[in-house]
Amino acid sequence: MQAIKRKKQQEKIIEGFFLVCAFVAVVSVLAITAFVFYNGLKPFISNSYPLWNFLSGVEWRPGSNMYGIFYMIVGSVFATLGAILIGVPIAILTAVFISEMAGSRVGKIIRFAVELLAGIPSVLYGVFGLGIIVPYVLKISPMAQGESLLSTILVLAIMILPTVVSISETSISVVPKAYREGSYALGASKIQTIFKVVLPAARSGIMTGVILGIGRAIGETMAVMLVCGNPIAGIPTSLFDQVRPLTTNIALEMGYASGVHQELLYSTGVVLFIFIMLINLIVNKLVKAKVGS
Amino acid sequence: MSKSLKKVLVSLLVGATVLTLAGCGSSGSTTATTSDAISGEINGGGSTSVLKVIDAAGSEFTALNPEVKFTYSGTGSSDGIKGAAAGTYSFGCASRDLKTEEKGSLTELVFAFDGIAVVVNPANTVSNLTTEQVAKIYMGEITNWSEVGGADAPIVVVSREDGSGTRGAFEELADFEEKLKPDATIKEGNGNVQSTVAGNENSIGYVSLTFVDKTVKAVDIDGVKATVDNVKNKTYKISRPFLAMYDKSKVDDATLAFLDFLMTKDGQAIVEEHGGISVL
Repeated sequence: MQAIKRKKQQEKIIEGFFLVCAFVAVVSVLAITAFVFYNGLKPFISNSYPLWNFLSGVEWRPGSNMYGIFYMIVGSVFATLGAILIGVPIAILTAVFISEMAGSRVGKIIRFAVELLAGIPSVLYGVFGLGIIVPYVLKISPMAQGESLLSTILVLAIMILPTVVSISETSISVVPKAYREGSYALGASKIQTIFKVVLPAARSGIMTGVILGIGRAIGETMAVMLVCGNPIAGIPTSLFDQVRPLTTNIALEMGYASGVHQELLYSTGVVLFIFIMLINLIVNKLVKAKVGS
Repeated sequence: MSKSLKKVLVSLLVGATVLTLAGCGSSGSTTATTSDAISGEINGGGSTSVLKVIDAAGSEFTALNPEVKFTYSGTGSSDGIKGAAAGTYSFGCASRDLKTEEKGSLTELVFAFDGIAVVVNPANTVSNLTTEQVAKIYMGEITNWSEVGGADAPIVVVSREDGSGTRGAFEELADFEEKLKPDATIKEGNGNVQSTVAGNENSIGYVSLTFVDKTVKAVDIDGVKATVDNVKNKTYKISRPFLAMYDKSKVDDATLAFLDFLMTKDGQAIVEEHGGISVL
């Protein structure tokens, strides 16, 4: 009896320990949210800067009390869209190749390369972008500098590959074999089977990957900071225009800022936070839909 | 296969790190100690422009006083001032004069002067600019190199992030405060500006004189070369002070000893060795 009791007690203690561990994540996310929102909403509540000017302004000159982030929102959205347009098709076709076509050895090599790509620190992507991509963009650009929306898109497109590839691959490989066999039995070719049967069946998983890729692209900071140009004003109207995404605005100036300037950098964080939360909500919806079907 | 390869990579990395750390550890202990031992931890922080000078002075100081631990983090002038006032840094450094609202109860110490060099790509034929031309280029009134005697090519203006001590000092000294042209490329840190200018033939940037190397060309300002001597004799216009500051009520003896050392002949020699300009 005693032994059983002691065992139960032990179990309770261990359970409690696990609970504490689980709370670390919960407390962190609450603390970060509270901290960012508290600081970020302060300037609008205390009326030290009007919210509308902040959201619609197209010039960021802290010294002249001009804090507009609209051009940054546009920059972030364009950069992310571009990265998705280029990166997602490549990633999906890579995933298809690994799981449907490549032999086990080639597949392993490619999968290993993709895993390595995921592990490269983002600042190295930035250095690579600055050293290789920016000079090439400069060659074809009508502008005099290579730092541009295009360079940003190209770096981000490479960076989202691992996320989209691995999630797409997983969801393609769980498509039941019977689907493919059924398709072949009807006389469909391999390519037809992949595009008409396998990919539609893996659709929701692939979408999850794409949306996580969007999250990665919109939240990326270090790599982007080196290749985007970070201008202090101007909505980008061409691929060769420079952009200043929301993330780099925070990272560039947080070390130096004080007062309202610093608070409005937190506000930039709030806007970014809302974008990321929206993306997460969509992911959750999709995952639920997947379980439901 | 992949797992074992990863293991090998990880162990290699760990090995390399250990070796590097071991190398760092041994360098400090070779020098003889002084009789009156100063001990404690000094953690300074602030301007990135003073980083080279303070780091060198710090390692010399810890070599003389092995009981002292010294760190300095380059986080920017404003952060250094804030940290010194809040006591999170033993001392802060700034590469610009303090604003009145920043002064508070801080004690300031000018330990060096610095020049800001205007740099262009070595391929650029322009070698002299007036302060006014520099300002006009940065304000976007001059946009082609041919307007200042160079080739017919657009000027790519590279500047620093808002709040940077170098940018503040440069805009003030060249007299175009808050008028930077909107489409200037913004780079974080002296090093990034330098590598951007080195990589683009049509660009112009500015960096601390201590950062100029062979990858870029410093242009003369108003006919005066950007050299240490010219900053010292005040003929070179774009120059500024390097400040260290601390809160008298919070400062410890080790920090004061370090700052004293910085002002000695030996300390100033280190300042000069790293491109700063001695105040003696």
